Amino acid sequence: MENLTFTYTVPGDDFTRAGDASSKIKKNLRELGIPPAIIRAVAIAVYEGEINMVIHAKTGGDITVDVNEKQITTVLKDTGCGIPDLTLAMSEGWTTAPDEVRALGFGAGMGLPNMKKYADIFDITSEVGKGTTVTMKFNLA
Amino acid sequence: MITVNNVAELLDGKILAGECNLSEEVHSACGADMMSDVLAFVKDKAVLFTGLMNPQVIRTAEMMDIICIVFVRGKLPGEDVIELANERGVTLIATKLRMFEACGKLYAEFNSAK
Ligand SMILES: Nc1ncnc2c1ncn2[C@@H]1O[C@H](COP(=O)(O)OP(=O)(O)OP(=O)(O)O)[C@@H](O)[C@H]1O
Ligand SMILES: [Mg+2]
Repeated sequence: MENLTFTYTVPGDDFTRAGDASSKIKKNLRELGIPPAIIRAVAIAVYEGEINMVIHAKTGGDITVDVNEKQITTVLKDTGCGIPDLTLAMSEGWTTAPDEVRALGFGAGMGLPNMKKYADIFDITSEVGKGTTVTMKFNLA
Repeated sequence: MITVNNVAELLDGKILAGECNLSEEVHSACGADMMSDVLAFVKDKAVLFTGLMNPQVIRTAEMMDIICIVFVRGKLPGEDVIELANERGVTLIATKLRMFEACGKLYAEFNSAK
């Protein structure tokens, strides 16, 4: 398989459309014939990240998906508020989500740990006031 | 074997979307109003019981390969949610039962089917 790169834009201001990008990614990976269990892992992890880009970063951003024969690499990049303490953010149950986000069904503080669980390699960098970038790799072979 | 259609009948439910899955098998179930918990804990081929009714419930199911959602307490979702479910091939069932009763009934059915 040759190297393929897809880029998706996530609008930051529309909660009802959050997940559109992840849905397209899922569809594209299916068309490439990626095994279903791997597609499911990528979809869940990217969707968690996409939701974070809308409910926390609030700016939305870009998701890039790179596929080669060995692995799928996803990069989720936003230019939002950033995360002051990554160790805290990565711990299960820690959230800054306000009540209105919880009323929508999110804000259990499980998203980042869950992304880390599903990805074979997980990396997050963030700068307060500048934005957050999450890179995940999923092995194909 | 328990199918999506068996779930609808057992809960005296109304099918709102996704007729395509009625003969599909379901393996387990989970009740949750927090999609965060669904994303973190649910296995595939599960039925999702929920009282939450926004498009992200359908998206969550889509990402997790959940083929059937049961809305409890007689609540009905909006047209946009029904449309999205039809588009994504997710079955929607509405039941008048409360969460506890609905989950309990299906749990008993799973146990007796073993
Ligand atoms: N892209 C982001 N921009 C800014 N802050 C973020 C971003 N992603 C996560 N955070 C911060 O890290 C915290 C933990 O994120 P995580 O996804 O683990 O949980 P959550 O989104 O609060 O709840 P859940 O994911 O369970 O719905 C968030 O509450 C938020 O403070
Ligand atoms: Mg999150």
